[in-house]
Amino acid sequence: MKAFTQLDGLACPIDRANIDTDAIIPKQFLKSIKRSGFGPYLFDEWRYTDHGEPGMDCSTRPLNKDFVLNQARYQGAQIMLARENFGCGSSREHAPWAIEDYGFRVIIAPSYADIFFGNCYKNGMLPIVADEAMVDRLFKECEANVGYRLNVDLPSQTVTLPSGESFGFEINATSKHNLLNGLDEIGLTLLHADEIKVFEEKHKATQPWLFA
Amino acid sequence: MAGKTLYDKLWETHLVREDADGTCLIYIDRHLVHEVTSPQAFEGLRIAGRKPWRNSSIVANPDHNTPTKDWDKGIEDPISRLQVETLDNNIKDFGALVYFPFKHANQGIIHVIGPEQGTTLPGMTVVCGDSHTSTHGAFGALAHGIGTSEVEHVLATQTLIAKKSKRMLVDVSGKLGAGVTAKDVALAIIGKIGTAGGNGYAIEFGGAVISALSMEGRMTICNMAIEAGARAGIIAPDEKTAAYLKGRLHAPKAADWDKAVAYWNTLKTDDDAQFDTVVTLNGADIAPQVTWGTSPEQVLPIGGRVPDPAKEMDATKRTSIENALKYMGLSANTLLEDIKLDKIFIGSCTNSRIEDLRAAAVVAKGKKVANSIALAMVVPGSGMVKRQAEEEGLDKIFIDAGFEWREPGCSMCLAMNADRLSPGERCASTSNRNFEGRQGQGGRTHLVSPAMAVAAAIAGHFVDVRTI
Repeated sequence: MKAFTQLDGLACPIDRANIDTDAIIPKQFLKSIKRSGFGPYLFDEWRYTDHGEPGMDCSTRPLNKDFVLNQARYQGAQIMLARENFGCGSSREHAPWAIEDYGFRVIIAPSYADIFFGNCYKNGMLPIVADEAMVDRLFKECEANVGYRLNVDLPSQTVTLPSGESFGFEINATSKHNLLNGLDEIGLTLLHADEIKVFEEKHKATQPWLFA
Repeated sequence: MAGKTLYDKLWETHLVREDADGTCLIYIDRHLVHEVTSPQAFEGLRIAGRKPWRNSSIVANPDHNTPTKDWDKGIEDPISRLQVETLDNNIKDFGALVYFPFKHANQGIIHVIGPEQGTTLPGMTVVCGDSHTSTHGAFGALAHGIGTSEVEHVLATQTLIAKKSKRMLVDVSGKLGAGVTAKDVALAIIGKIGTAGGNGYAIEFGGAVISALSMEGRMTICNMAIEAGARAGIIAPDEKTAAYLKGRLHAPKAADWDKAVAYWNTLKTDDDAQFDTVVTLNGADIAPQVTWGTSPEQVLPIGGRVPDPAKEMDATKRTSIENALKYMGLSANTLLEDIKLDKIFIGSCTNSRIEDLRAAAVVAKGKKVANSIALAMVVPGSGMVKRQAEEEGLDKIFIDAGFEWREPGCSMCLAMNADRLSPGERCASTSNRNFEGRQGQGGRTHLVSPAMAVAAAIAGHFVDVRTI
C-alpha cells in the first residue's frame, strides 16, 4: 500500500449528496479480475455521453462537458470535495480503486458510508470528515477560485486553506500509523497469529458445531 | 452493570484482541465468497505466498454474472465467463467447505444458499465481499459486507480488523395489515431514518411484527439494513430459527444440536441493556411501499403522490428530489398508481425465497400480465428454491400468467449478466437498490414487494395490492 503523509493538491467539487458506489463505478466494470485500471471509468455514466464497457479506449469517448471532472480547471485534481453519505450502497472496493486510480488521494465530506470509508484506508487514501459548514465553505471557495488548492497534513491532522486558515480532523491511531507507513494489514495481523490460534481453540471448545 | 445487547454478545464472543484506540481483531466463522469481489483477494494471497487460514469456513458460488436462461450455451460474455472461471480455479486451488459451480443443482445467490445449506447459524460471525451479507443477521449472526482487501485479510488470518459499532434498536410493534410484507416494513424503516440513518450502527430489529415474521421475511428485513446505512442488521434467534435450520446439511447434528439450541437461546438482548438509539414504528401504520426516486429513502406508501421539490425547504434535499425526478422521468405530484411500467423483476437476495414466490403466485394465479409490459420475469434465488417452487406448481402459475420462469442468480438486481433495463425503461423490482443505472444504464427502478410487483404486472401500472 502507498504511504500517505502530506499532500498539497488541487480540489475538485462533486456536488451531490448520497453518491452511491454504482455511480462511482458502474457494475459492468466489476467484471475485471485486476485491481488497477478503473480510473478512466470513474463516474462513467456522468462523465461520458455513451455507454461504457470494460476495455474501451476512453480517450476517444464523447465527454459530458457539464460534468465537473471534464472541466479543464479541475484536471489533475487530487482532493475530492463531496457531500453527505458519500460511497453508500455496495461494498465494491472497485469504488475506491477507481477514485485512487484516477488520481485522488484525499476525500473531504461531512459523512461517508461505513464500508466505503474503511475501504479507502486500505488503498492508501485519506477520507476526511469535516463539519457541514466547513464542507460548504470549501465547495463555495473551490467553485469561485480557479486553481483552488488545499494542503492536507496527516501527522498534524490538519487541512490548510489558501487563506492560511486550517481545520483539524480525526483519525484513529491504528489507521493513521498504517497510512503513514504504508503498512500491509495482513502482515501486521499475522504478528498476532498465536493469539488467533488460542482464541480459535477456545471457540472450538465452546461451539464445536461451528467447526464441523 | 447494565445488561448487554445481542450485538454486544456477538462482538464479545468473537473478540480476539483490542488495541488501546479501540481497534479490534474479531474472529470470523463463516466466509461467503462470490466471483466479483474475490479474484483480487485470491491473487493477493498467491503473490504473498499465503494460504487460507481455515478453508472449511468458505462457502462459495458464482451468482452475479451467471445467466438466467439458455444454460446450455454457457456464459456468452467472455469477461463474465473469465470471472466465473477464475472463481472455479481459485476454489480448486485453495479449497472450500461448499462450492456450487455454475449450473450445479444447488447454485444460487450466495445469500440464499448460505442459510439454505445450514451454513449460516446463530451466534456466528459471517462476512462476504458483498454489502447484502447483512441478510444473515436474520439468524442472530453478526453478518456484514466487507471490501476485497478485507476478503483477503479474512482468507489469510480468519479475522477482521474492526471497530465496534453503535447500537440501534428498530422496534416494530403491533401487527401488519393484510397485503403488507417484510419488504414494506424494510422500506418504511428506510423512509423513516434515511439511507444514512444507520451509518455507524448495528441495527437490532425487534418487536411483535419482527417476531411474527417467517425466517424468509426476517432475511428480507436484515438484507435491507445496509440500505439504511447499517452494515449489520440482527434479529434474535427463536424457535422459528431453530425449526428452519433443523436437518439442513451443515446444521449441527445429534448431541451438538441440543447444545447449539441451548446456546442459541441465550442470544438475546438483556432486559436492562441500553441502545444508543431507538426507533419505533407501528406495523398497523405501514402500507405497501413504492420508491419513486433514485435512493431507497425516496419511498412512499401506495396511494401517495410523487413529491414536489418546490415544497422542500432544504436546498440539498430539493436538488436530490429534482435530480431524481429528472432521472426517473416523473413529474411532481403524480399519483404513484398512475406510474406505468415496462418490466417486472421478481428476484434478488432481498425477495427470491420460497415465501416470496408463494406470495407473488397468490396474486398471479389466474391472471395475465398486461400487454403493455415488455417483460415480466421471476428469478428464483437458488436451485433449491426453484425445485421447491416447481413441486408446488408455482412455476406454472407464473408461466400461465405470462411471466418468464428463469434459472437462479442475481440477475437484474444489478444487471451484471444479460438481464437489464434499456435506457428509459421503467421497472417494478423486488430488489434492494433503485440507484441510477443499477438495473441498466438509464433504467428506472421502483422497489416494491413481490405481491406489489405482480399486481403492477397485471395492471400495467402500480396498484394497491390490498384492493385486488
